[in-house]
Amino acid sequence: MNNNKSFEPVIIGFTCNWCSYRAADLAGTARVKYPPNVRLIRLMCSGRLDPTFVFKALSNGADGVLITGCHPGECHYIEQNYKALRRFILMRRTLQGLGLEAGRVKLVWASAAEGVRLAAEITQFVEEIRALGPLHWGKPDSRPLTIDDKPSSAVHRPSSEIEEVPA
Amino acid sequence: MTHGSGSKARSGALSESKGQERIGVYVCHCGSNIAGTVDVVHVAKWAAEQLKHRGVVIAREYKFMCSSLGQELVEKDIKELGLTRVVVAACSPHLHEKTFRTACARAGLNPFLCEMVSIREQVSWVHTDKVAATAKAKAVISGGVERVLHHMPLEPLTVPINPATLVVGGGIAGIQSALEIADAGFHVYMVEREPSIGGHMAQFDKTFPTLDCAACILTPKMFSVGSHPHVTLMTWSEVEKVEGYVGNFTVTIRKKARKIKEDLCTGCGICQEKCPKKVIDDVYEAGLGYRKAVYTPFPQAVPKFPVMDVENCTYFEKGTCKACEKFCPTEAIDFNQQDEIVTINVGNIVLATGYDLFDARRVTNYGYARYPNVFTSLEMERLTNAAGPTNGAIVLRDGKTVPKAVGIIHCVGSRDRNFNNYCSVICCMQSLKFAHLIHERTGATVYNFYIDMRTPFKDYDEFYQRVMEEGTLFVRGKVAEVNNVPRISTEEGKLIIQVEDTLAGRQRRIPVDMVILSSGLEPRADSKETAKRFSISCSVNGWFIEKHPKLDPIATMTEGIYIAGCAQGPKDIPASVAQGAAAAARVLGKIEQKEMALEPVRASVIEEQCSGCRICNGLCPFNAISFHEDRMVSEVNPALCQGCGTCVAACPAGAIEGTGFSNDQIMAQIEGLLLLNLEEEAVPA
Repeated sequence: MNNNKSFEPVIIGFTCNWCSYRAADLAGTARVKYPPNVRLIRLMCSGRLDPTFVFKALSNGADGVLITGCHPGECHYIEQNYKALRRFILMRRTLQGLGLEAGRVKLVWASAAEGVRLAAEITQFVEEIRALGPLHWGKPDSRPLTIDDKPSSAVHRPSSEIEEVPA
Repeated sequence: MTHGSGSKARSGALSESKGQERIGVYVCHCGSNIAGTVDVVHVAKWAAEQLKHRGVVIAREYKFMCSSLGQELVEKDIKELGLTRVVVAACSPHLHEKTFRTACARAGLNPFLCEMVSIREQVSWVHTDKVAATAKAKAVISGGVERVLHHMPLEPLTVPINPATLVVGGGIAGIQSALEIADAGFHVYMVEREPSIGGHMAQFDKTFPTLDCAACILTPKMFSVGSHPHVTLMTWSEVEKVEGYVGNFTVTIRKKARKIKEDLCTGCGICQEKCPKKVIDDVYEAGLGYRKAVYTPFPQAVPKFPVMDVENCTYFEKGTCKACEKFCPTEAIDFNQQDEIVTINVGNIVLATGYDLFDARRVTNYGYARYPNVFTSLEMERLTNAAGPTNGAIVLRDGKTVPKAVGIIHCVGSRDRNFNNYCSVICCMQSLKFAHLIHERTGATVYNFYIDMRTPFKDYDEFYQRVMEEGTLFVRGKVAEVNNVPRISTEEGKLIIQVEDTLAGRQRRIPVDMVILSSGLEPRADSKETAKRFSISCSVNGWFIEKHPKLDPIATMTEGIYIAGCAQGPKDIPASVAQGAAAAARVLGKIEQKEMALEPVRASVIEEQCSGCRICNGLCPFNAISFHEDRMVSEVNPALCQGCGTCVAACPAGAIEGTGFSNDQIMAQIEGLLLLNLEEEAVPA
């Protein structure tokens, strides 16, 4: 029953004021298309990303969270995106610990010039989350599980399948 | 919205509802930019109805919210309906946040109680499905409404502006900028990497379309910079480090050792005359001429002090010579001089670092560096220059033969997917200039091989017509190859240009004696490092990114840093001068204000909640956090804090508050975006 093709995931995206939000603006100005599943939040820096935000989003109905920031070495605040990277790694481990797919959280670097790239990453992430299926976390009442109604995507992946963090 | 819709209202789980706030929501059509994809009327109605219980008292849509009438709508509602919060759903806050904040301030509402959400760049322009785009716009507005409930009235931070300015790059754009600022009576530090200011323009002979001599119009300006009481000129120097922020930058500059004592040198030139070592001058003479190992690049160089080329100096190579030292009448030569590190404080910075010429060797089929009589445009500039290696004689590489036929190839390295997609702007006019000069001085037959002729500015097309009337031949088509393999006797000893003449519709082989490659402009090889050093961004190509491509091509996203000239993108001399002057005007405006308001996005420690764990201490890249041993609490210095919020995110006790981007604001926005704020029965479309 879990027809992933008709499933439209809801994704919360975090952007930094200097690079990735500007990339999103540029994607708009250049009329580059991407699916409407992602809703963006602007922070001043990816370093501002409190992991609580991510878990809050996932526990409140988002199926995935996209974290974006300046490329390593290009942070407007010198090096704070590296702190985002560290937190990202920890967040993925935590997600796995909670029995969720680490792939529900993704980190993408996008400079202010990379509107096309950001749009492509968003498009790809939407498809990745679509493949993972809906996240039922936090909505125990919304889709009661029955024996013949078992979403395949909810099967937890062994940790060996979790890919490494991008460098 | 399979999901958002499924979620039941959880008013209990929502961040504390601030029922007493009165919110106005304003949805912009932006003509058809937004309204073409998003059903704005429906969205506004939805917000008024479905977000009423969250404090929305009015939701309006309007054709152009940013127009004065649109702004008046907001102002009127604030006054008449007693709005305490405003959400504007329109374009990017980077474009109009200030507009709407100012409108709120005019109506007596603290400007920071206004929140802008983007439904143009992030919705209507990037999505095609109208239903989905409308649904997303609703979610985005809902996020804005929840967020704005947690906004706090803020006062902008004011910082004093240091009236001194740093101009990096001494080409025509930088010179213009420096002179405008210095003439207004404020101090300018000009840093130039080469021994003299003047930039590429100093290498040119004539300038299009008027054909006035580059040196005649440039050198007086160079002299003014060199002698100006308000300019500190540092050539043979490079910026190493930039710290601080608008109004108060601390810049570290490396003054490379000239091996010349500037206080003693009179610029007499005897050292250059006596120096026995000749070196090919790759920079100023584009490899066509020689200079000495101690040299000024050209006679009118500013400053007049020479530079010693340590890599080629006989003394540094072999340990003997010192001819310059022996003959220097003022004992100004100092072989032991070391690099000097200078630190300056400035309020604003203008970056005018210019361009590099595309390396024509990369287009291997055009044979540059294989066939001696293939020249680059910069070499041609030197050949036509009366002060150049041939005293202005246009001759082949042998130094004497005057060409009878010359082919000028346009768009070398530009408008070419193999190299650069962009148009380098100046090459068409430069090629026409060469055609005219060659025609005038040698009477040779001149062919221009072009893709499209681009002569868009004042008097440019008239110049094109003039060159056509002079008899220059134009062949429309991209040259496939330049070779020296003759097929018929008339091609013997010639360079043959193989080209598809797209107007005649056939392949042609045109034998010429000389080929000129109109090489494109490229960003400086180190433009990305420069951008990083000054905390600005580069485009994919490497040009510096302006704040707005149309409305602010001078400022950058980093306050206090301006860009001018070719560093921002290819442009000709008038445009570089205009941009240099514009940057100066912006800097002068800042200086005259004496202080400027900054976004009050700062972190501060709530002392009562701080446990003194010191986790935040090491995270701050600006050393803004200090620890008070006596009280066992950390404190953020607001003058050093840049507002990134990393410490706010890291504090395990939640004891650090980040204004403008507080935890409450972000959490509320997440809830709003996920439509958790809707009432039980409300299910969005």
